[in-house]
Amino acid sequence: MRHLSTNLHEFESAAELENYINENENVMVCCGRMGPMCIPVYGVMEELEEERENVKFAVMAFDSPEAGIIRNDPACRGFMGLPFTMYYKNGQAAHATSSIQNMQQVTTILDEQFGA
Amino acid sequence: MPQEEIFDVIIVGAGAAGLTAGIYSSRAKLSTLILNEGAIGGQMVLTEEIANYPGVDTKKGYMLANTMKMQAKQFGCKIKSGLQIKSYDLEGEVKHFVLDDGREFSSRAVILTPGGRPRSLGIPGEESFKGKGISYCATCDGEFFTGKEVVVVGGGNSALEEAVALTSYATRVTIVHQFDHFQAFKHAVEQAEKNPKISFIMESELRSFKGDGVLQEVTMEHLPKGKITTMRTDGVFIFAGYIPNTEDLDGIVELNERKEIVTDTDLKTNLPGVFAAGDCIVKKYRQVTTAVADGTIASLSAAEYLRS
Ligand SMILES: Cc1cc2nc3c(=O)[nH]c(=O)nc-3n(C[C@H](O)[C@H](O)[C@H](O)COP(=O)(O)OP(=O)(O)OC[C@H]3O[C@@H](n4cnc5c(N)ncnc54)[C@H](O)[C@@H]3O)c2cc1C
Repeated sequence: MRHLSTNLHEFESAAELENYINENENVMVCCGRMGPMCIPVYGVMEELEEERENVKFAVMAFDSPEAGIIRNDPACRGFMGLPFTMYYKNGQAAHATSSIQNMQQVTTILDEQFGA
Repeated sequence: MPQEEIFDVIIVGAGAAGLTAGIYSSRAKLSTLILNEGAIGGQMVLTEEIANYPGVDTKKGYMLANTMKMQAKQFGCKIKSGLQIKSYDLEGEVKHFVLDDGREFSSRAVILTPGGRPRSLGIPGEESFKGKGISYCATCDGEFFTGKEVVVVGGGNSALEEAVALTSYATRVTIVHQFDHFQAFKHAVEQAEKNPKISFIMESELRSFKGDGVLQEVTMEHLPKGKITTMRTDGVFIFAGYIPNTEDLDGIVELNERKEIVTDTDLKTNLPGVFAAGDCIVKKYRQVTTAVADGTIASLSAAEYLRS
């Protein structure tokens, strides 16, 4: 069942996420709720999905027990702000951010981690 | 980049004011484009629930924003979001916009609705501890501070209401405010004052954030004496008011000393064919209803300008 009202692909299980990041070279996953700090990040991802063909964009509901795969990832240690956003390269966590990010912040990370 | 079509109206910003202007302009069969920088819906998506929009039951802010977006699109309004406008040329009969990616757009009338954004403190450590102890939303992040001690910065309604909300999680909430009195409504101040978990540090401002990976302490200045002290804390929630998003318009349209756009009652700016609406203009009350009303007026004024 989908929990997040976005146009992005939503992972419903940890296994699905693991498969996906292993099958796709560059993946950005935003793990959040339908709240004020998360929705702007989903909006940025929806915009970028059209123009960045080298990156797969997806979301995961923060409150799902399955999202423990992100909540408990060592890259998210010390995070105290929603959403938790992961950038995976070849199945490995390459970068993670906590709290709201704007278009410029996201594109800078995408350029650095996955190339322009 | 090839020059695209000349629109009747270009609206800058897709908050309540911009989306409303988009609905009215496109419904009046004017070719309409909204250029938006952040999330579509603007501050509405920053609002957990909107309970005072007449005719609509209490609704999540993002849902109200989505409905407005769909309405605008249904009438043929085009919306381009997640972009940055690099330059504005608003003086001639045809107004011209260049985006940072080189795309160019033109129109015969313009409605400026860039709204406002939360004021950040702009002090050392703020950006690096965002999400690692610094937050701008108690509803979103309060639970991360369960059993911890937090500071709330600000003295308006948001600061006091969010401080009370945070007492459901935190063991202690300290409100730090720059003045010796609060700007919040009386009932919000009373709620905070009678809460045993809340204490107050008045006439003080934060000066820096420090920590090792996560926020651990803040330094603050007691303004009357200039005395700097350090305080240990697990988190800081910042509600220091809003500022208009008009930096890029300074020197292009007339702004007042608070950098709000100056308009007349038809929401005309000092430039012919350029109108403004919503939180960015000089006015006293900033609400979704007032932004929607402004968007309507600006759109009707723009239509009249185009007819003449
Ligand atoms: C936490 C919170 C709670 C609130 N609660 C309520 C409530 O319960 N009821 C109520 O009525 N009001 C409430 N308000 C106030 C209300 O949300 C605003 O008054 C209203 O939404 C303002 O609409 P706007 O369109 O003028 O501006 P905004 O909503 O600020 O929208 C402006 C849009 O323009 C974009 N923009 C900015 N600069 C540019 C640029 N240079 N180029 C292109 N686009 C740009 C922004 O990204 C944004 O999308 C609340 C506000 C906040 C922050």
